[in-house]
Amino acid sequence: MLEIVNLHASIDDNVILNGINLKVNLGEVHAIMGPNGSGKSTLSNVIAGHDGYDIISGDILFDGESVLDFPPEKRAHLGLFLSFQYPIEIPGVTVSNFIKTALNEIRNARGEEPLAASPMLKMMRDKMKVLEMDKGFLSRSLNEGFSGGEKKRNEIFQMAMLEPKIAILDETDSGLDIDALRIVANGVNSLRSKENTFIIITHYQRLLDYIIPDFVHVLFNGRIVKSGGKELALELEKRGYDWIKKEQE
Amino acid sequence: MSDNDKIIDEVTSSEYKYGFSTEIDADTLPPGLDEDTIRLISLKKNEPQWMTDWRLDAFQVWKKMDEPEWANVHYKKPDFQAISYYSAAKKRNIESLDEVDPELLKTFEKLGISLDEQKRLSGVAMDIVVDSVSVSTTFKKTLKEKGIIFCSMSEAIQDYPELVKKYIGTVIPKSDNFYAALNSAVFTDGSFCYIPKGVRCPMELSTYFRINEAGTGQFERTLLIADQNSYVSYLEGCTAPQRDENQLHAAVVELVALDNSEIKYSTVQNWFPGDSNGKGGIFNFVTKRGICETSAKISWTQVETGSAVTWKYPSCILKGDNSIGEFYSVALTNNFQQADTGTKMLHLGRNTKSTIISKGISAGNSHNSYRGLVRMSPRALNARNFSQCDSLLMGDKCGAHTFPYIEVKNPTAKMEHEATTSKIGEDQIFYCQQRGLSTEAAIALIVNGYCKDVLNQLPMEFAVEAQKLLAISLEGSVG
Repeated sequence: MLEIVNLHASIDDNVILNGINLKVNLGEVHAIMGPNGSGKSTLSNVIAGHDGYDIISGDILFDGESVLDFPPEKRAHLGLFLSFQYPIEIPGVTVSNFIKTALNEIRNARGEEPLAASPMLKMMRDKMKVLEMDKGFLSRSLNEGFSGGEKKRNEIFQMAMLEPKIAILDETDSGLDIDALRIVANGVNSLRSKENTFIIITHYQRLLDYIIPDFVHVLFNGRIVKSGGKELALELEKRGYDWIKKEQE
Repeated sequence: MSDNDKIIDEVTSSEYKYGFSTEIDADTLPPGLDEDTIRLISLKKNEPQWMTDWRLDAFQVWKKMDEPEWANVHYKKPDFQAISYYSAAKKRNIESLDEVDPELLKTFEKLGISLDEQKRLSGVAMDIVVDSVSVSTTFKKTLKEKGIIFCSMSEAIQDYPELVKKYIGTVIPKSDNFYAALNSAVFTDGSFCYIPKGVRCPMELSTYFRINEAGTGQFERTLLIADQNSYVSYLEGCTAPQRDENQLHAAVVELVALDNSEIKYSTVQNWFPGDSNGKGGIFNFVTKRGICETSAKISWTQVETGSAVTWKYPSCILKGDNSIGEFYSVALTNNFQQADTGTKMLHLGRNTKSTIISKGISAGNSHNSYRGLVRMSPRALNARNFSQCDSLLMGDKCGAHTFPYIEVKNPTAKMEHEATTSKIGEDQIFYCQQRGLSTEAAIALIVNGYCKDVLNQLPMEFAVEAQKLLAISLEGSVG
């Protein structure tokens, strides 16, 4: 589904990604862990097509097709979703209007008819129930005045509405209390299927107690230096990142 | 220039979408302005002597005045002797759509405002001003049953001379300003509306203006009177064909809101703004003002996206106690457009209230100024004003300016003024793109969100049109 081949990327002449190799198949959940500054957020931004980074070499393939030349929206149309670490405020644009616009842009790009108002609203209500969100949420201005937890929940709500094939969750657990973490994790788990895949970027093991990954990768200095099963996350939790750093030296 | 600047540059330098002109045979006066021109206009319109005298008086006033230079706009002053002051479509007194020039109907269809559609779908009565002469008025009958008068200014002068004589020039005197004086001398047509006592106008009254004859200045004159305890919502909207030379538009709109009445006046303005190099475009020098008697309310809402140069300050004289004035404005400038727009809230009566919400959007090389005056007179006990002036900048070659004037002469008055300046963030655009929106769709969404407080004031179908217009004005190909 998603394949990253020897990817090198920089921002303002600072090389951040140093040869990333990663293959993600449908039905799998991958966790990417790593200390601060290891390149986790850069990796998610580069996959999403942020134009602030220079791709030095390597490739990103969706279903075997290179997407390096595709603008962010085209990658979204192909089924990529990024849950932002810091969701952006757009004053005056309601949550429902934003999701409606996004969903219909994606449908349009795929040659589908726009979804009519009433099935759209029903879909929104169903998804909100799973995420234990209040109905009033829909008419609020996007992320404006939202608490940290509300912003993250709103990201997962959008993900549920857009039904992506590849979802990248960039530190979705940061800023969440334990109840919100459980609700968000339940939301993600309810969306897991053989038709999609999740990449969960996190510092901590905590979220992985709720969303059990198939694979865990450790990112360090812009490279994946260790891969393993869910037990790797537990080991990291116990031993910290220092032993990885030492191994690399 | 960063990539994002380039994108903004691309999407903000769009061609005028409604650039076409209609060929209609017209009866046009040669260019030039003197007393004879005015007598001829008055004669052609078969006006009574008092009207002719009023015009001539205004002309004498105008001759002594100088074109104002205080606004934050720069342009080559029009040669007033090079303008033709009268142009009438040859066919007149049209009873049904079949008789309307087919070319004209096509134009309306291109604009998506075909009369048929309007009549059938929206229940909006239309008084269409094309080249200074009304060619069609609909829904007159329904209005007549309520005693509402809605007709062209020319008709009103013939059929309701007493009303016209009583109110014309009472809100905006002939000597008010240079352009208002010129308009008073040479106005050719416009709309007239009278809502009788206690009547709530059952439909939105709507006029679509269209400048059609090359080199013909438009001097519209609108007079709207809401008698005691009445209500009316009036819509004015316009688009114009593409032109190479500058066209002058100096309209006057007077609103009279008598005791306990309410007037809601909404405008969507989209005249040719000049091409992406700043060539051509309409000069829009408009005087709009309303007077509120006791407990009356006037609400101005405007969405200004067109014109090369805009000079416009819809204002309220809050004369009566407990009267209310509101001004909601979106002014968008792109390419080389210049806008100096705002309002005046003149608090004379006690417990008068006013609200000003102004949203400026500047893109390209344009300059966008808010200029507003709030004046609390000595008699205005407990008067209140709230002003909010926001500016949104796109790219780094445009300018946003705010000139608030505040004069408070009563210690019980309360004033609040808020102002913000912001830019569309790259992170906002990326966020939208990640969700599947193109850069253009993202900008349209963000801009519409920013303007929401103003767009919400517009009647539903007008708000939808205005949203589209904002998107069109900022986008290249999408429409």
